[in-house]
Amino acid sequence: MTAATEPEPTFTADEMMSVAAARALAPGQRCFVGIGLPSTAANLARRTHAPDLVLIYESGTLGSKPGRLPASIGDGILAETADAVISVPEVFNYWLQPGRIDIGFLGAAQLDRFANINTTVIGRDYANPKVRLPGAGGAPEIAASCREVYVVVRQSKRSFVEQVDFVTSYGHGRGKGDREKLGLRGAGPTLVITDLGVFRPDPDTAELVLSQLHPGVEVDQVRAATGWDLKVSPELSRTPAPTEAELKALRELKAAK
Amino acid sequence: MAEILSLRDAVSRLVHDGDTVALEGFTHLIPHAAGQEIIRQRRRDLTLVRMTPDLVYDQLIGAGCARKLVFSWGGNPGVGSLHRFRDAVQNSWPVPLEIEEHSHAGMANRYVAGASGLPFAVLRGYAGTDLPEHTETIKFITCPFTGERLAAVPAINPDVAIIHAQRADRNGNVQLWGLVGVQKEAVLAAARSLVTVEEIVDELTPVPGGVVLPSWAVTAVARVPRGAHPSYAQDYYERDNPYYEHWDSIGRERDSFARWLDEKVFSVADPDGGTVKEAEAVK
Repeated sequence: MTAATEPEPTFTADEMMSVAAARALAPGQRCFVGIGLPSTAANLARRTHAPDLVLIYESGTLGSKPGRLPASIGDGILAETADAVISVPEVFNYWLQPGRIDIGFLGAAQLDRFANINTTVIGRDYANPKVRLPGAGGAPEIAASCREVYVVVRQSKRSFVEQVDFVTSYGHGRGKGDREKLGLRGAGPTLVITDLGVFRPDPDTAELVLSQLHPGVEVDQVRAATGWDLKVSPELSRTPAPTEAELKALRELKAAK
Repeated sequence: MAEILSLRDAVSRLVHDGDTVALEGFTHLIPHAAGQEIIRQRRRDLTLVRMTPDLVYDQLIGAGCARKLVFSWGGNPGVGSLHRFRDAVQNSWPVPLEIEEHSHAGMANRYVAGASGLPFAVLRGYAGTDLPEHTETIKFITCPFTGERLAAVPAINPDVAIIHAQRADRNGNVQLWGLVGVQKEAVLAAARSLVTVEEIVDELTPVPGGVVLPSWAVTAVARVPRGAHPSYAQDYYERDNPYYEHWDSIGRERDSFARWLDEKVFSVADPDGGTVKEAEAVK
């Protein structure tokens, strides 16, 4: 390492993750937002390149425009700034299920090689779990019915596993074609953004492949934080560092009360 | 017609040992005061139903009121885990807790079927997930018209549904607004219902996006100001975010939770906080 001679980084790995996730959202898209990392990224996108991004929260808000990060999925600011406030059955039945939403933006406790998501239990014995997690929430149907799914997750050997202990939300099953066999309408996870890089499913196998490295991160570091024999895209690229404007917007967003 | 009762009397009359009870309110208008009154009256063997068993059920579960939990997301929103819920699932403390686990879409549709008087609901859900393997109330059926494979979930028809609303009139008509979650469906699906309200007014003036539950669809109304705290009641008070953080330290250990129960639930001299008087005044 030559760290001593390099300039100090001016952003954290978490900030890079949020910025990379925000950049993935295109102006005008309709985005079903999970709380936490996805919500941070989606609101950052609204403050930077995609002010007309339509945010949908499962608590029943269409087109929320919060001026600060919501503290929970049902933060009053989401309702106060929404185009429409609707009941929970309506969110799932009328808006999500028919395929009206472009991007489902989810987090994960565990994510596997084929982007299946676990937020239910750690440990293979459901009746006697090592750790009981919150469970499914809206995620299974978000993962099934949005046109595409983006996942934001902090990467480690514990979170990036060969096979999830429990499939809470279906990604690509055990490979290409599994979603189609189940009749799932959306394309499933097409992008996974972590604090180390960006992953996309291989078009032939649906296995997650490293396609982008964040600034200052090397492939070996990513391999060390991956629980399977990671493949690297031949077109591996470098994520551009956050711009001053992006960092400013993110920090203002996180500081706003 | 809904009867206007004190919280104590309403819970005493409506909630019995062994009942299936749904306390609803999706992050907003969570009937916390009613949950604590159930603890205070030491109800046992309840089947608790709720999409998001957050603090309100962590308290009921930790106090040993529940035999079973039917739910779709059990966490402390914006903070982390529910330690009493985890202790019950992982260590059967203070009593074993059976769980029946769904997704939000599944739970919402179960309430819709219950409110509609139908035996089950269909949805495009659960496909490929491990939930159907562990939850008997998820089956797959074939659409008789298109042949599509769809999920089926049975109706939820609680013995009693409890919700919190902004206000009611003196005849017991109830009005709520803001995020209205699945409360209307829960009340209509239940055999009996209790609505706690911030205030009882002479007349309900229309509110944009508001839901009105007519008096004849509700069993009892109890006036409980701040009855949703630490959640919020839009246009009355804000969510007490620091309390959700604080709960993490209370719920984390059995001892700290037991102290909380003694000090904040069992030692409350007048749980109705004036509600009894109010109920008498309107008679």
